[in-house]
Amino acid sequence: MFTPAPRVQVPSAAANGEVFPVKTLISHQMETGLRHDDQGNAIPRKILNKFICRHNDVVVFSVDLHEAIAANPFIEFYLRATESGRLEFVWEEDGGGIYVLEHHLTVA
Amino acid sequence: MKSRTRREFGRLTGGLALAALGPQLAASETKARVVVVGGGIGGATAAKYLAASARTIEVTLVEPKPNYTTCFFSNLYLAGLCSLESLTHGYETLAQRYGINVIHDSVTAVDPVAKTLELKSGPKLPYDRVVVAPGIAFNYDALAGYDEAATQAIPNAWNAGPQTQLLRRQLESMEDGGVFLLVAPPDPFRCPPAPYERASLVAYYFKQYKPHSRILILDAKDSFNAQDLFLDAWERHYRGMIEWLPAQFTGGVKAIDVKERSVRTASDTFKAAVVNVIPPQMAGQFAQQIGLVDQSGWCPVDPTTFESKLQPGTHVVGDATNAGDMPKSAFVANSQAKACAFAIAATLTGSERVPPHLFNTCYTFLSPDDAVSNAVSFKPAAGTIKIVDNFVSQVQESAETRHRTAREAHSWYAAFTRDTFG
Repeated sequence: MFTPAPRVQVPSAAANGEVFPVKTLISHQMETGLRHDDQGNAIPRKILNKFICRHNDVVVFSVDLHEAIAANPFIEFYLRATESGRLEFVWEEDGGGIYVLEHHLTVA
Repeated sequence: MKSRTRREFGRLTGGLALAALGPQLAASETKARVVVVGGGIGGATAAKYLAASARTIEVTLVEPKPNYTTCFFSNLYLAGLCSLESLTHGYETLAQRYGINVIHDSVTAVDPVAKTLELKSGPKLPYDRVVVAPGIAFNYDALAGYDEAATQAIPNAWNAGPQTQLLRRQLESMEDGGVFLLVAPPDPFRCPPAPYERASLVAYYFKQYKPHSRILILDAKDSFNAQDLFLDAWERHYRGMIEWLPAQFTGGVKAIDVKERSVRTASDTFKAAVVNVIPPQMAGQFAQQIGLVDQSGWCPVDPTTFESKLQPGTHVVGDATNAGDMPKSAFVANSQAKACAFAIAATLTGSERVPPHLFNTCYTFLSPDDAVSNAVSFKPAAGTIKIVDNFVSQVQESAETRHRTAREAHSWYAAFTRDTFG
């Protein structure tokens, strides 16, 4: 079974107070649940329904995703550097699947 | 724009194509001379249809190579599904059956005032009209570290021939578990679905012989032609094998390191076992040399006659043109060449000019038994060319429909190359 491959672009170091961009991309079909196969059976919905970014276990950014989001969702957002620590990126899939990436950020 | 089924569309365009077969030409005492420069799809079609339109036109085709290998279907060769020979066509029929004077040489200079072309071997060719079909050139300035010399190690494989063979050899000698990295170009470029068809068919090859290998596409764009059809097929046939990274994520490809076999984007460096760089494109070198190209990098043309807007008396057809909504495809080159040939024939023989009917058809293989197609009609409007009507394959078609489209594609290839090369 294929595991979606998440990718994140985020700097390893930032100055205190600096605002920096975070780009995330994940290969995922985002099956809407609205399609039918060639026998006429509904194809069950399977989308990533939530994306969360935590910094030292505190949620600093999150987004709810719905059926209208295209396959391979690309999310870009900005964070402000305050202290060094662990950035965690989590995608939650219908049915309970979860995809996680971690990254260490050093704030000087 | 109304959507139609392919069958309806075929009925519609079939009738128009017959109507387009050409004006009845008046006989004239002296023969008018038309020289066609470039023997690809556009050039060969223009030469054939000019020769077939009127006995009073003497047609010369100048092309340095002894034969032409089609870019379309060359992704099947990359997957090991056909030979390159089966995609290669000579000019014998055009010469023998249509009486075209085929000269294997290059044109070095054009004198639009004296109306002569100079050949590399020396002689000058006088003409009344000239049709230029120069194809594409690669803009190597756009990618640091990648140039003509680099293509011997990292092929572009975007003109079918030795480059395609080199890429095939590299894919064949790659070990299982390797990464094939494909750099996809910015718009506009030759054959919009082809980089993604290439990824699909290479994945088909990997699936059989190197199942642990992966394909990574680094794109200069944020979306691509028929994206929904490709993503659906990649999920069904090659789950987990093909990853596509848009420019908005990578920041775009910045440089190629030939020695390291790596590609640097704004944010990362990707190393791979086999790299295929499809560079940004512009009108063929000959069009640039003789001043047919504007600042867009392509040739502006009259949408009815395909006469250059920069050089009266010179016509341009095929990938080198900036032709409004028409994409850069072999079928478009063929369609433009016919319109151009009829317009020239009408002018030279003094007969009535009919408005052109312009079409595109593309077949794209997602796997050998799963193909999609489109069919589009165009018309000249407001100084450019606009889409009138179209048919496009849909994501939820049955396997039987897709299989039928794949069989249809092979018949289309045979008919189309026969229409072009005789």
